[in-house]
Amino acid sequence: MTELFLKGHRACAGCGSVLALRYVLEALGKDVIVVNATGCMEIISSQYPESNWGVPYVHCLFENTASVATGVSRALKHLDKEGTVVVIGGDGASYDIGFGAVSGAMERNEDILYVCYDNEAYANTGLQRSGATPFGSATTTTPSEMGGKGEWKKNLTFIAAAHAVPYAAAASVAFLPDLQAKLKKAKQKKGFRLVNVHAPCTVGWKINPVKAVEVARKAVECGLWNLFEIDDGKFKLSRPVGEAPVAEYLKMQGRFKHLTPKQVETIEEHARSVKPELEKLEKANVNFQRFL
Amino acid sequence: MQNYVKPKCTNKTGSWRSQKPVVNKEKCIGCGTCERSCPDMAVKVVDGKAVVDYDYCKGCGICANECPVKCIQMKPEKE
Amino acid sequence: MTEKIMEGSIAVAHAVARCSPDVVAAFPITPSTHIPQELSRIQPEYGFEFVPVEAEFSAISAVFGASAAGGRAFTATSSQGLLLMHEVLFAASGTRLPMVMVVANRAISAPLSIWNDWQDSISQRDAGWIQLYCKNSQETVDATIQAFKITEEARIPVMVCFDGFYLTHEISPIDVPEKKEIDAYAPKGKRDSLDVGDPKSFGCYATPAYYQDMKKEQDDALFASAGIIEKHAGKFAEKFGRPQFAFIEEYKNDKDAAIISMGSLAEEAELVADEGLAGVVRVKCFRPFPRDALKKALQGKKRVVILEKDVSFGLGGALATEVKSLLFEAGLAPEVTSIICGLGGKDVSVKNIKEALQEKGSAWM
Repeated sequence: MTELFLKGHRACAGCGSVLALRYVLEALGKDVIVVNATGCMEIISSQYPESNWGVPYVHCLFENTASVATGVSRALKHLDKEGTVVVIGGDGASYDIGFGAVSGAMERNEDILYVCYDNEAYANTGLQRSGATPFGSATTTTPSEMGGKGEWKKNLTFIAAAHAVPYAAAASVAFLPDLQAKLKKAKQKKGFRLVNVHAPCTVGWKINPVKAVEVARKAVECGLWNLFEIDDGKFKLSRPVGEAPVAEYLKMQGRFKHLTPKQVETIEEHARSVKPELEKLEKANVNFQRFL
Repeated sequence: MQNYVKPKCTNKTGSWRSQKPVVNKEKCIGCGTCERSCPDMAVKVVDGKAVVDYDYCKGCGICANECPVKCIQMKPEKE
Repeated sequence: MTEKIMEGSIAVAHAVARCSPDVVAAFPITPSTHIPQELSRIQPEYGFEFVPVEAEFSAISAVFGASAAGGRAFTATSSQGLLLMHEVLFAASGTRLPMVMVVANRAISAPLSIWNDWQDSISQRDAGWIQLYCKNSQETVDATIQAFKITEEARIPVMVCFDGFYLTHEISPIDVPEKKEIDAYAPKGKRDSLDVGDPKSFGCYATPAYYQDMKKEQDDALFASAGIIEKHAGKFAEKFGRPQFAFIEEYKNDKDAAIISMGSLAEEAELVADEGLAGVVRVKCFRPFPRDALKKALQGKKRVVILEKDVSFGLGGALATEVKSLLFEAGLAPEVTSIICGLGGKDVSVKNIKEALQEKGSAWM
């Protein structure tokens, strides 16, 4: 492992995203070429004149990573060079500012394995709201004074599936075998593959670093982050949708401290309503690739 | 000047720590959960027991929290 | 040399294809569109990767990625498309990646205009790219072929600019060298790139301890690229038997007065020079700015009239500003007139150019 990502990176203590990154490289091995969006994982790992990356690595900008990866992938193909092109981008780069480029690469079915580490805020700039920030969460632009974020997070994995990509999966740093199995499966496939990894940010979520993995586990156990894959258009739950009360998960995090009982109830209702819908989807054996 | 750098990192992060994980080797079963859950690659199972690399460990304590037999204790760095 | 009657854009597309690019990525925008369209049509014949992306921002980003992976990469654009690429232009030059872009010069919105001026590429002059402004389609073809050699040796991206519609859509006799001739002139070399066998990191960030030194080195490299530009112009002229102007072209520049301009406007000014009213000094290479060549060309001038299709709002014409600074540096003090003209396709006739010679100070016409 150490030769793929070197020790000494500058991520915060207990960083869930760098844990995800570690797992990604471990699962994919050394024949990868990483294209990294500006963001936490970039600034903690690539301070000139050193680099923690033991695999070929390129960083360009915040919002064009899928397009840079497109160019890398096409050039490798034409030059007959080896390597799986792997994007590492946060939710800011993937859900929001770089979304147009991501959608374009998905639609063209570029040969890219896109890993999004979703820490549910623009962590690198000081924890502002993102399209992936969940309902109710306080961020520096949806502060507790205004009751936290008023909208639900978007579901990038389903958005990918709506592009009929060969593979789209939601995973979590707290479920390592599942995460790595998804990465390995994705690596075997050609075309655009998304693995969207839920990764806690200790600073943004206002959690005790000790609990970082535990919080991520609770998110899945209470059904607010669900593990599934859409493989060649077929939806499959990776584990039963969690049914634990959301209050337990919310209580562990300072970003939800301001929530009123009514807001907690709204989130609880939301989580409970997801389960039957996802189960229906799985049972109906819907083929996402036939939506086009 | 080259437009790239080679893999190399001389930065050590052990000084960030305010709490340090201390492994009770008697209790440790060498399962590797700590090694797998360390964001800093600073824990390794050597000869069946967890060993912490204090040059890099930032003291987050995930290893202590995740350990199934609770053999890692977080202690104040000064001790 | 075989001249064929063809459209400027089509000739440029064939020249690019014969330079054996690995990746061409583009998004359509008038008046550059015929270049990627033609490249997509002839792609099966040449086999390069053609990526019809979803925006110009992605086009230049894909070119960035292809170059980082070791490929020869190309794009073409105009106007808003070039502005949309703005952020990536700096990243590309700062990362010292070779790439070639042809810009079909067009006005900038608002108000919307599809017609020609130089505001698009002039407004990118500080992005760290080499900028060449061509006077006709033949020169654009030649410069594009040289650009691949220049960019790969200098590790600085090259922008080859030619006038939208006036040249992109003009049909004229053009010689596009054969692929085997270009292969011999511009073979691909080896360079450091993304490679699983030898991991390297490109695009690291710099702390204040390094940032300025890296920028200084980039600036030094852009100045030093003049030697590379000159060398490849010379080699090209020798191989293909066509004279090349690396930095400037002087036309009947033996009068007291000189008209300074760029692109097809400079070629039009030659008609005024033919009447013996003034010489013409055409700036082909705008970055690096050809200080030495211009100093020499402007020695002893009593009058200099700069004609340009761009404006640096609140200051004046960009080319005039550069020329004035150069004259001061060289201790030359001719009477200088700065004319801003032809914006958004406004016609500039020979009569207008003659009138410009009568103007004082600065004027729009």
